[in-house]
Amino acid sequence: MKKIIYLSIILFTASIAIVAFKSETIKRNIIYPAKDSVGSVKAFMSVYKVLMSPRCMNCHPAGDAPLQGDDNHIHIMNVKRGVDGHGIYSVRCSNCHQAENVPGLHMPPGNSKWALPPANMRMVFQGRTPRELALQLLDPKQNGGRTKAQLIDHIANDGLVGWGWHPGVGRTLPPMTRAALVTQVRLWIAKGAYAPGAKAK
Amino acid sequence: MITITVNGQRHDIDADPNMPLLWAIRDILNLTGTKYGCGAAQCGACTIHLNGEAVRSCVTKLDRAAGQQIVTIEGLSANNDHPLQVAWNELNVPQCGYCQSGQLMSAAVLLRENSNPTDQDIDDAMSGNICRCGTYQRIRTAIHKAAQLQREEAKSK
Repeated sequence: MKKIIYLSIILFTASIAIVAFKSETIKRNIIYPAKDSVGSVKAFMSVYKVLMSPRCMNCHPAGDAPLQGDDNHIHIMNVKRGVDGHGIYSVRCSNCHQAENVPGLHMPPGNSKWALPPANMRMVFQGRTPRELALQLLDPKQNGGRTKAQLIDHIANDGLVGWGWHPGVGRTLPPMTRAALVTQVRLWIAKGAYAPGAKAK
Repeated sequence: MITITVNGQRHDIDADPNMPLLWAIRDILNLTGTKYGCGAAQCGACTIHLNGEAVRSCVTKLDRAAGQQIVTIEGLSANNDHPLQVAWNELNVPQCGYCQSGQLMSAAVLLRENSNPTDQDIDDAMSGNICRCGTYQRIRTAIHKAAQLQREEAKSK
């Protein structure tokens, strides 16, 4: 009888240990997935496609003028970035762009935060390779001082970023939903935030 | 009821808050110096100052101006003697004149922020104001002249 009791205790303890180990593994898999450079880069490449789409890139130009349209042409009216990213003199963004889209085709799109990045933190997307853009996004000196968590939050919750999915009549949407983008950004970072190779396009 | 201050005068306006500010200025307050050009913020004829910024009133809703300070061409100076108006007169800048209120309101912001603008500064500030008569060269010359007048005026004070 004693043997049976001892055996039961041993089996019970062992089963608890196994269950605990399994649930810990599952938890770890959800919160801390193993680093995976291939999966990370794959996720970033889908993020890259969104960031290079007109709705994102037009306000992250290589020069000091914003871009317009699906062909990324330079903004008419000789618009300039200015020190604060809100334009200069009588050509300030909010002089035409309102807090919301003006209804109608070819009418000014709008958002209360409408602006380019400021001159001291230009956050250029245009012309960046996937590798360059990934490294730039991860560098607080080039990404507006953001940690990885803040970067995810910016993409998930910033109002001006969100405008990209509500751009008004006649403007194409980014190639995936915002929720899907956030998932890919999270995956990219969770799997190690790897930058694609120099030859990736 | 929406309260706006135009050229220093307070007005209570009973209108749709979505009405373009330009409509309120022209049709309700009868200040017709500000012009309707394109209705799409593309030409600059409707430029007014909203808290000092050269805003396109054709796409600006009335409710954006609620409680704010607006200046139209009628309020740019007390006696049509803003240095820009003096220079505009001296150099006979306008041809048909339709765009000129907007040109002056944009130029006034430039001169407020830059007392000695270069040609490039002028191009940067004024490229959003279209003139079908093509008075651009005279506008540029007049802005230089007005800047000079403004500097002289400042020195004499």
